[in-house]
Amino acid sequence: MATASVATSGVNVSAVSEQYNYDVIRKFTIMTLVWGAIGMFVGVYIASELAYPFLNFDIPYITFGRLRPVHTGAVIFGFGGSALFATSYYVVQRTCQARLFSDGMASFTFWGWQAIIVCAALGNVLGYSQGREYAEMEWPIDLMIEVVWVTYLIIFVGTLMKRKQPHIYVANWFYLAFILATALLHTFNNLAVPISLFSMKSYSLFSGAQDAMTQWWYGHNAVGFFLTAAFLGMMYYFVPKQAGRPVYSYRLSVLHFWAIIFLYMWAGAHHLHWTAIPDWTSTLAATFSIMLLLPSWGGMINGILTLSGAWDKLRTDPVMRFLIVALSFYGMSTFEGPMMSLKDVNALSHYTDWTIGHVHSGALGWVAMISFGSLYHLAPRLWNTPMYSQKLINVHFWLATIGILLYIVAMWISGIMQGLMWRAFDDFGNLQYSFVESVAAAHPFYVMRALGGAFFLSGMLLMCYNMYKTIRKGSTEQQVEVSPVAA
Amino acid sequence: MKHDNIERNLGILLVLTMLAISAGGLVEIVPLFFIKETVENVEGVRPYSPLELRGRDIYVREGCYLCHSQMIRPFRDEALRYGHYSLAAESKYDHPFQWGSKRTGPDLARVGGKYSNDWQTQHLNAPRSLVPQSVMPNYPWLLKTDLDYSDIELRMKALRTTGVPYSLTQAEYDRNVKDFGEDVAKSLHIPDAEKNLVAQAQLGNYDTDPGKLSEMDALVSYLQVLGTMVDFKKYDDDYFVKFR
Repeated sequence: MATASVATSGVNVSAVSEQYNYDVIRKFTIMTLVWGAIGMFVGVYIASELAYPFLNFDIPYITFGRLRPVHTGAVIFGFGGSALFATSYYVVQRTCQARLFSDGMASFTFWGWQAIIVCAALGNVLGYSQGREYAEMEWPIDLMIEVVWVTYLIIFVGTLMKRKQPHIYVANWFYLAFILATALLHTFNNLAVPISLFSMKSYSLFSGAQDAMTQWWYGHNAVGFFLTAAFLGMMYYFVPKQAGRPVYSYRLSVLHFWAIIFLYMWAGAHHLHWTAIPDWTSTLAATFSIMLLLPSWGGMINGILTLSGAWDKLRTDPVMRFLIVALSFYGMSTFEGPMMSLKDVNALSHYTDWTIGHVHSGALGWVAMISFGSLYHLAPRLWNTPMYSQKLINVHFWLATIGILLYIVAMWISGIMQGLMWRAFDDFGNLQYSFVESVAAAHPFYVMRALGGAFFLSGMLLMCYNMYKTIRKGSTEQQVEVSPVAA
Repeated sequence: MKHDNIERNLGILLVLTMLAISAGGLVEIVPLFFIKETVENVEGVRPYSPLELRGRDIYVREGCYLCHSQMIRPFRDEALRYGHYSLAAESKYDHPFQWGSKRTGPDLARVGGKYSNDWQTQHLNAPRSLVPQSVMPNYPWLLKTDLDYSDIELRMKALRTTGVPYSLTQAEYDRNVKDFGEDVAKSLHIPDAEKNLVAQAQLGNYDTDPGKLSEMDALVSYLQVLGTMVDFKKYDDDYFVKFR
């Protein structure tokens, strides 16, 4: 049905295969599903290890410490990264009405990126780690990323230069900022001295406080740009398309864009409240974090109100439901984030499971849900056939939503409980609880969290099945299609 | 300037975006390399000995930082549970820093000397044999695996390149004698690294198996030095406040 509406709404008819490179988008779409399934499975597994430590099985390669970076790498860079490559290549071509700058380079980014994810996972399992969160990949892999990323930037900018539209559409601003910022963050956070050219081992160039600041400038903006700005680009294209209406407010999107990309970069040091960095840096970071609430909610409102006048779609269209619930979770976690960056709240929440819950309300609720919605929108257009089953999309939606709720509620409870237990005093002024009592108390919530993850994973697997059936019945035959009007 | 111009001109969009995303890092991070008060002026902090360094590498390899922080915050409960709050100076030779972000297990910033070598070895080997409710994995391979220290000099040289005062020349050695005293200076001398590493393992017998130089030796030697370098009795507590 969605395909039909596109096919009848346009005016400029031209052969799609000539005009656009869909091949690389199809490949990235499939790998998004593969890495999603793998990364989320590893996530459920390590969550289970925390609930039942025998699952570590005394095997070095699958202990929590080595698998955790495999999980974060596979979901952030494998799942999220592939989804971003796929959608950005789609959006930039459609909104510029131009074919990708170079097919060969696009294909290189695909194979290069997949090789990076595989090497990173293997490296982590074997114990090669830089010891920095979300940047565990050792220096040879970092260099591979650098090369692929610069190629990506060239393709993206090159395609924008070829555009047949005078204006660069708003989604592309976000994608562009994401590509530039990721290049900047990746380069400076991975400055390291290898012990030899033939060894994977390296030591970071910076140490102690400066190293911590660099890492959390990176770590927070991996969230801010990789997992937020880029997915906002996705939102600014796929929400209006799926809703069949233009973006609610152009002015708001301009404000949203500049405020988000400027403010995010200051906020990283809120990960280092009360630590041995100078107080002024973390105070400044907290201030900017609170300011971030405004553009974040501006963007959320802009996305949700795009549906004005078409609210009934929430009842009838499960894809729309994914997109709108994603925006709701975006609003929720961008409220929770600034709150947790207040020093007094952070004193309680830092080091606890609350942080893990917060990350996942963003990662599952926002990033994964907006990707699911976008891919369900995209697949029929890539394979020229409606989705195999609308019903399964609906089931996926509920599995995912229930999974997220179980996950974040479990982490709220255990997180706040840990924070309170650690600081509890008895009547004599002694600590009321030993540390391990807080570990034992968290057990039921670790089980609940693993269960929530299992729900979310089963939804992901259902999506893989639905996509598989869709691809089987679809075709990649060149068809006469039309270019979009709204975008 | 009208926003329309930015949207039509890719060059302007690129430049303005770069400016917008560069500001935060330039203001918050770059000064930390130049403001002297960022790292406290405090005696006792020294680079890791070759054995401790290999132990630290294993700590990073196993991803310990994902469940254990090394950063005590200035709160009453943390002071009681873990000790004096952590100073920036205490991790000034840490490449990379290992402050961590999560306490699935307790903070380790001052774990040095709190438990015996026996306890640490037994606990790493089978945590639940000592702490039944623990969720930490067993690390039985640490005892079984011989420590590979063939590239210890390469490791120290790489760290020397980043600015850690390991010595290669006589002049550098003399400087270390002046800065850290003779005993420490000897352990920082790269040409003697293998000899020093073996000697420390034999003397310390960290894994409680005198015949074997295992990965456990290295890791326990690292844990036992954590947070022990600064003698806080020497300083008035107000002294550190001015660096915060």
